[in-house]
Amino acid sequence: MLGAPLFRTPHSALRVAMIPAIIVFIYLAVVLYIGIFAFRKGKASGEDYFLASRSLGQYTFLFALFGTNMTAFSILGASGLAYHRGIGVFGMLASASALVIPLSIFFIGTRLWALGKKFGHMTQVQFLRDRWECSFIGTLIFVLTAAMLVPYIIIGVMGGGQTLEKISDGQVPYWAGGAIVALVVMSYVFFGGMRGTAWVNAFQTLMFLCFGTIAFVLIGKNLGGFDQVMQRLAANEATAPLLTRQRIPVQEFFSYAFIPLSSIMFPHVAIMCMTAKKASSFKKTVIFYPICILLLWLPSVFLGVVAADSVPGLKPGESDGVILRLLTANTDMLLAGVLGAAIMACVMASDSQILALCTMFTEDIFAYYGGKQRFGEQAQVWTGRAFVVGVTVVAYLIALKLKDKAGIFELAIRFAFSGFAALAPVMLAALFWKRSTKWGALASVLWVIVTMTGSWYLHEFSAGIAPKAGQPPAQIFPALGNLFLRGAGSVTMYGYLPVMFMCFGSAALMWLVSLLTPPPSAKTIEKYFPRAAVAAN
Amino acid sequence: MKTSTKLLLVLLVLGMFLLHQDFWNWRKSELVFGFLPVGLAYHAAYAILAAIMMALLVKFAWPKELDEMESKPEANSKKETK
Repeated sequence: MLGAPLFRTPHSALRVAMIPAIIVFIYLAVVLYIGIFAFRKGKASGEDYFLASRSLGQYTFLFALFGTNMTAFSILGASGLAYHRGIGVFGMLASASALVIPLSIFFIGTRLWALGKKFGHMTQVQFLRDRWECSFIGTLIFVLTAAMLVPYIIIGVMGGGQTLEKISDGQVPYWAGGAIVALVVMSYVFFGGMRGTAWVNAFQTLMFLCFGTIAFVLIGKNLGGFDQVMQRLAANEATAPLLTRQRIPVQEFFSYAFIPLSSIMFPHVAIMCMTAKKASSFKKTVIFYPICILLLWLPSVFLGVVAADSVPGLKPGESDGVILRLLTANTDMLLAGVLGAAIMACVMASDSQILALCTMFTEDIFAYYGGKQRFGEQAQVWTGRAFVVGVTVVAYLIALKLKDKAGIFELAIRFAFSGFAALAPVMLAALFWKRSTKWGALASVLWVIVTMTGSWYLHEFSAGIAPKAGQPPAQIFPALGNLFLRGAGSVTMYGYLPVMFMCFGSAALMWLVSLLTPPPSAKTIEKYFPRAAVAAN
Repeated sequence: MKTSTKLLLVLLVLGMFLLHQDFWNWRKSELVFGFLPVGLAYHAAYAILAAIMMALLVKFAWPKELDEMESKPEANSKKETK
């Protein structure tokens, strides 16, 4: 993921090279302590372990939710993309999220919280099973979402190993770095459950926002002022387009706005929404969420463009490390280490995914099929903890075995974003349309599976004709004209990303099939739409 | 909520979506404050506008049933911990 060693030591000054790594180790120890501290505060109930007893205060909730959504891509990937495609990356990814994610939390997250509190749901699947009086649809969604989450967990372990290896200039090998990261994440999720995970995420967010701002100012100062850098970029024919959106097609920019719909459909985000103590916690979250996005993404994208002047000539894979390179070259070792730790926090942000997978397994499978009733709540919590260990060990082994195949999992994550986004109409229908049926939901879910697999197939099938960055897209099937185009990084339909058609198709199927099939029982309608039922009577 | 308020809020959200597609900035490279490309400055301001939009939604379209729930005891949670 990252290019050459980031902290070069010309005289093999081992101790100097290890400073950033030592700071990262201190950070990992702090994170571990937070998890164990959360364990001491916890109670021995399932709701406490999986949802922190629905007790998160408004600021912890805001920063934890934001931290849960913050991935390696927001820091490393965004700056790497901006390095090649320019400032438009911010509008395409960040400001679209600043609009869509708070709206989805406002309309969907708050309702999930309320229903969870009212009926005791802990996962989306529990709600969907009950809402549509159907076990199978829940199981299908469980399998699909679990399959889409696994690559994240593997990438988290891989990213941790790679970053520690780079930060320590190779002194900490990949296998050891991956093991350390996996062990730390596993430990605080194992002990702290949701409370530990939420606190760690809140801590990571604050750390990144604080030190990121300091580093941004220091880099600018060290480079002689950002205005000078921008003048140089504008004067150079090769880099001037980076200050505009010329390298991003209009259709791609438009269709990217559908991707943030995925956020609320990620199980770890939806489950996190159920942890708020009060409904009013959502108010500050939705208002300040766009500001947090601005504070995190603007420096990432801006520094990515700045790096085109300071560190020219990087290839697409190498450019993901531009922020670390700028830090190393323009700040002292100590601050670079702190920022390295913050970046590490994003890279290894697989904690909430592991916990979500564990919550889903224990609630949607273990408890649903009678495990909780037979063995009790304590056994359920310990099953969850055993699952955390199992998932982390398997993820670590896969990360070791497929060290050089990170691209496969990164690709899987990209498709997962589209898949989760296309599931949003299912959730919207469940919450707001009483006439929606399990058959409509089933049709939508099958559509998502088929189109996601189809997109993957087309991506692999057309790999041979993929143009280089900056070149026009190629027709995959010339007989079909521009229906399927292959760009440098992705397959599009008439230039639009498949996610747009996946969302429209999912919504249309939900609507059409629901109208053609019998509605849910009056009892269920009354349960989930009490006001509508009263009005009808 | 009044129908007119509802309509205004719907228009506000739709307007925000349209404002995101700022095709007029596509090829502009002027610098705001001497260092921020105009396309980037626009979307930074857009994020602030999104926060203001959310504040308006919270003020005028906050679901009443959520506040009602908050004042009720935690039915399910208490049942489980007893």
